[in-house]
Order: sequence, then C-alpha cells, then structure tokens
Amino acid sequence: MKRLYFDHVATNPLLPEVFEVMEPYFKGEFGNPLSMYDLGFTAKQGIDKAREQVGALINAKAAEIIFTSSGAEANNFAVKGLAMSRQNDGNHVIISKAEHHSVLNTARSLEKQGFVVTYLPLDKYGLVDPAAVKGAINKDTVLISITHANSEVGTIEPIQEISEIAREHKITFHADGVATVGNMEVDVKALGVDALSIAAHQFYGPKGAGALYLRAGQRILPLIYGGIQENGRRAGTENVPAIVGMGKAAELTKEKLPERMAHVKTLRDRCIEGLSKVEKVHLTGHRTLRLPGHASFVVEFIEGEGMLLMLLSKSIYAASGSACTSKALKASPTLASMGIPTSLTHGSIVFSFGIGNEMEDVESLLTEFPAIVGKLRAMSPFAKEGWRPEDMKTEES
Amino acid sequence: MSLKFVENVKADVTSDIVYMMCPMHLLKLDEQIKELEDRQVLELLTDYDGALEDVPAWCQKTGNEFLGIDEEEDYYKIYIRKASGKPAPALKEVNT
Repeated sequence: MKRLYFDHVATNPLLPEVFEVMEPYFKGEFGNPLSMYDLGFTAKQGIDKAREQVGALINAKAAEIIFTSSGAEANNFAVKGLAMSRQNDGNHVIISKAEHHSVLNTARSLEKQGFVVTYLPLDKYGLVDPAAVKGAINKDTVLISITHANSEVGTIEPIQEISEIAREHKITFHADGVATVGNMEVDVKALGVDALSIAAHQFYGPKGAGALYLRAGQRILPLIYGGIQENGRRAGTENVPAIVGMGKAAELTKEKLPERMAHVKTLRDRCIEGLSKVEKVHLTGHRTLRLPGHASFVVEFIEGEGMLLMLLSKSIYAASGSACTSKALKASPTLASMGIPTSLTHGSIVFSFGIGNEMEDVESLLTEFPAIVGKLRAMSPFAKEGWRPEDMKTEES
Repeated sequence: MSLKFVENVKADVTSDIVYMMCPMHLLKLDEQIKELEDRQVLELLTDYDGALEDVPAWCQKTGNEFLGIDEEEDYYKIYIRKASGKPAPALKEVNT
C-alpha cells in the first residue's frame, strides 16, 4: 500500500540533493570549523556558505543568521535572550495562545525569574488582534513574541501590523517562523521583526539544524556559553553536516518556492473542499490566511487518536493537534482559546501537504476519511448530542 | 594597570558586544581595528569586566592607543585610537 504522508508540519523528508552536500562532512571533511588548518577551513567555508544561503531565503544578511540545533532552541534563545537582555528596561513580555510550547514554556520559565507574561487570546480563526497587542503594552514591556503561523490551525498572524506597534513603542519583537519559513514567502525586512526562528526540516533540510535571525545591532543574552562559535552568541562545536544541509535546502527552497506553494495549495484546497462536506466536520483556522499546505479540522463526537489509528491502517499519516499536545492528551491551548469546547479539541485532525503528495493521494484521503468517521461515530456514545459549530465564539467575544 | 576614565569622546566607529563573553572582546577589537583608518577611534561597548584589563593590555602590546573608559549604568564604553603607520601584531602574540 502506498504511504500517504500528510504530516509535513511535523517534519519533511530530506531531499537527495541536500543529503549529497551533507555527506562529505560526515566523512572526509570532518574538521572543526575553528581549527587553523585545511580541514577546519573547509568546514568553516561550508558554514559560511550556508549562512549566506539561509540569509538569502529570508532577505537577511549572512551576519544576521545564528545557527542553532533546532527551531525550539531558536525560540528559547530568542524569548529568554531578548527578554533578559532588556531586563533593566522592564519585566513584561507579551505572547499569544497560538504559540508553540517552545515559546509558551520559555515564557512561563521567565515568570519564575520575575517577569510578568501576558498571554493574548485568539479569535475564532486563531488570529491575534493587533489592537489587543497594543492594549497589553505597558511601560515595562520589553518583548513581544508572536508566532508567524500556528501549526495546529495553520492561521497566519498579522506580523507586519504587530511589528509596527512594537517599533512604535520601542519593544523588541520576535516571531516564530518555524512553520512559515520554507513554506511561504518570508522577508524579515518587510515583516519588520527583530528576530525570527527557523527550522531546516520544515523545508526538506535535516533535523538538528535551526537558526535565529537576529537583526543587526540587536542585543541578545546567549543561551549557551562557551567558545566563540556563532560570533560568541551560541557556543558549541557546530553540527557542520546539518548546517551545510540547511543551507542547501534554503537555496533550493528559494528557487522553487512559488512552484511548491502552488502545488500544496491546490492539494490543501481540494482537501478542505472535500472534507468540509462530511457531516459535522469543521475547518479550524482561517480559510484564506493559512499556510499553503495546511488543512485542519475538528470532527464532532470522535477522538483524534482513533482517527489517526484508522487512517494509519489505510497507510495515511496525519496529526492530531501539535505533536506535544497530542501525546499528552491535553486540550490544546490554541483550540481552547479559539472557543472550541474541550470535547471538540480532542477531535482535532491536521493534514499537511508536501511536494511528494499528488492530487490522487488527496482523492484517496477523501474516499477513506468519511468511512472512518462513520465507523468511529457508530461506536461513539456521544454521537447523539454535543457541541455545534455555532457555539464557537464570535469575533467580538 | 590603573583604570583611566574619560567622558564625551567622539568615536568614528562603535562596536556593540554587550553580552558577549571572553574572548569576543579581543576578537572583535582586533577585527574592528583592522577596518579603521589610522588615528580613527573605536568605541567598544561591553559588559564584560575582564575587558577593563584586557583592552589596555592589548593596546600596549599592539601599539594602539587606549584612550579610556566611560562607565554607563550596565556596560562600559571603551575607547581605542588606532595607531598610525604600523600594522598591529597578530592576536595570538597577545598574552591575555
């Protein structure tokens, strides 16, 4: 049975062209980039090139890219490092309920160190209201961190508007770009962010490589102390093969992004059109302001885990909520903030498409999914009553 | 070596390395001085206390002129004038 992988927000396969450029650094070119001999120089050249390639993908200068081990590390680094770097100016941080746990839990950890954190609510589409950001600002606000797009509901946040508010109030602004960089056009200058997190495996690069874009002149407190790697801002001998792979993946993405976006958007739209016709299946997130390859739903009266298992029996790979939330069987703060009742948040399912998917794969999903939902509902004691979509709160609430 | 304090020094270039630890203050200093014209002044912003000793020592060994330190609330501004006419020795020769 053909494997139908529709979980590209979780991760993506490594492109062969990317593996090809990484391979020598696992073998003969094993040098430490700081070493003052040819092996070291070759490794350093690989990193320097990758820095240019990653910078070019988001319209940043190479010097503004700090490599990390993951998007989560970049988020931890940004939230802690930027807030702590300004602790003499104030102790208030603003994030939203659309944040990934690597921002959310980092902000929570700051609370234990004397910071005060505001967690902004979302509207029914998962959008953060820029006016709410403005309203939450006080004289102690030093950092705003808002995700560029949420991976559970795919909604793209109004980063540009929020960055203007942040700039007006001289507040440092970080955006989590893990779900967007490589999946849609991201231009840090146009967005106006001071910092932006990136993960390589979101655009067919390797796992174990991420980066933080840090605007030139922006101060940050290091998360990891040690040597002089990454211009003294992130110590530790570099994961050279992964960084080189991230660079190549960024270069290929820059070249092929319009084509990739158009492809996954067609698949997404067909999926949304088809599954929205299934009784008591509701799209979550915004219909148009969403990631190009992302389709997310809540299904009344059944649980995400049941759907995943039955889909897997048909060799269809999907996700229920964000990776961490689905394993903890805990209601997602994002869905809850959108006004979706807890009982419904457990019926969350996400299909995310990639360049390896074809329209016939989506048609297979559209054939299999209604039957699976029907079978699970037949077993569900809750199927006769429950939540209705009109229960979702209005934009005003 | 006693500290020398100054005020209102006009710098040609500023290098902000606040929150960067040893040895970044010396690496950045070396890198920035190389880019300056002779007799131009570099303003180094750092919160690393070790720089108060290391930078004057570096200046003495490289022939550049240590102008002094201006203390801000949470960091130091250190001023260095690039020497004229002779290249600075390589950093590895400087014992810190």
